[in-house]
Amino acid sequence: MLIRKPDDIPSSEITPKAAYLSRRQFLTGAAAAGAALAGGFYLRSNSHDESVVQASGEKLTGITKSKYSSTEKPTSFKDITNYNNYYEFSTDKYEPNGMSKDFRTRPWSLAIDGMVKKRKSLDIDSILKLAPLEERIYRHRCVEGWSMVVPWVGFPLSALIKAADPLPSAKFIAFQTILAPDEMPNQKRDVLAWPYVEGLRMDEAMHPLTILAVGLYDQVLPNVDGAPLRLIVPWKYGFKGIKAIVKVSFADKMPPTTWNVMAPDEYGFYSNVNPTVDHPRWSQATERRIGASLFAPKQPTLMFNGYSDQVASLYSGMDLRKNF
Amino acid sequence: MAKIPEPILRSLKVVVLLLCLGPLMVLMWKATHDLLGANPVDVITRSTGRWTLTFLLITLGVTPLRKLVRIPSLVRFRRMLGLYALFYGTLHLMTYVWLDKFFDVQAMLHDIAKRRFITAGMTAWALMLPLALTSTAGSIRRLGGKRWQRLHRLIYFSAAAGVIHFIWLVKADLKRPLTYGAILLLLLGYRAVSSAITRVRSRQTVPAASA
Repeated sequence: MLIRKPDDIPSSEITPKAAYLSRRQFLTGAAAAGAALAGGFYLRSNSHDESVVQASGEKLTGITKSKYSSTEKPTSFKDITNYNNYYEFSTDKYEPNGMSKDFRTRPWSLAIDGMVKKRKSLDIDSILKLAPLEERIYRHRCVEGWSMVVPWVGFPLSALIKAADPLPSAKFIAFQTILAPDEMPNQKRDVLAWPYVEGLRMDEAMHPLTILAVGLYDQVLPNVDGAPLRLIVPWKYGFKGIKAIVKVSFADKMPPTTWNVMAPDEYGFYSNVNPTVDHPRWSQATERRIGASLFAPKQPTLMFNGYSDQVASLYSGMDLRKNF
Repeated sequence: MAKIPEPILRSLKVVVLLLCLGPLMVLMWKATHDLLGANPVDVITRSTGRWTLTFLLITLGVTPLRKLVRIPSLVRFRRMLGLYALFYGTLHLMTYVWLDKFFDVQAMLHDIAKRRFITAGMTAWALMLPLALTSTAGSIRRLGGKRWQRLHRLIYFSAAAGVIHFIWLVKADLKRPLTYGAILLLLLGYRAVSSAITRVRSRQTVPAASA
């Protein structure tokens, strides 16, 4: 029995980037042609001659810096894209990168429903024009006790919420991942209740730190990291950052969230990073920074993942031990 | 019954001894060539853990195998395989003690008391110790075959604790730990069935002998 790691695949066997990009560009180009004929909303505001949709690995332009970015050194692109949980593809953290290579991210639309003035469906390329793209270098803390520093590219979720125009009575926002068992093999297995769902309280969702990510390291978001659209809430454990989103709904009641349904005593709705509330199976007091030396001790985990100044007030008066 | 000539048996033992070091060699080669991926400690922990369970199951497979293929001398490999289970189990434990907890005794005691998968894992490792300490021919003589055999049935509990440790630590996907569990049940089931058959047979033969 051998442990499977990305390194077990000789690099010679991996499709050269140029080859799969051209393959993808052909496919997405064909899809784009169809979409352009049908909808015609294809011109991006910042580069109007861009008629081919972006594929993973393509450079994003017009990205601005953000005051919310961490000054810590970002984790390498290789480590970010080769070590993560994406249970729709595999429960092994080393496998999703290879397995998600051919995942189709175009055409892609986002349904908006629930407590909104008017239900609608937004095309991914119109979503990309909702707000200027920003680089957000965020600490990323997994509930399993490891962490990274990730240079996401995205825009505040609040921009989408404004476009969605929810009713004032909406108190929560719910997200849903695509259900595509033909492309996501684990969705054919009974690993979690598919599709993956997540949710936020409205004030959390409107917080300026909360973003929808569409890129990484100035490139179009790699499929393995949740392309074409994923949620990032940097003060919460990573699993709150739902990937490959196809639907958002607004509600006045707390929506179900996948891991909470799976194990309610282990994963709460809030799941704020909190070193004083242990997970039943892991201490949350420390974390292993990916990319650090084998013999480097773990580092202490910070309350709200180091974003206390910005977000602690959202939870004032709440017992965070009960509302973990 | 097949009999393996002594010189061949001895060289085979050397081959098996070296083969069993393979998983460690692979890990060390990867560690020195920066091939352990984004989280080397995680890879080392999981690899040594799985090899511990694998060696426990291989050790438990020796008895059924030697009976099925009728090569009794296969028992000569059993001690070495069992010691390798402890060897990889100790590497697994050391990875936790050193690379995960950095010898923080308080944190480890907290873990053992609070986290049931750690409790199960520690139990599995501790149950292997008396077996390794009494693995010599001298111990069998001193304890007597019957008592030695009874003591060494602790391996059933060690392997079961190991499987439970694995089941309890995974978040959602039980495929791998349950595969180990199924193999363990098969190996223990074989023993239950074969000892039941022996008991029935001896009951049948006793009156016949006395008549």
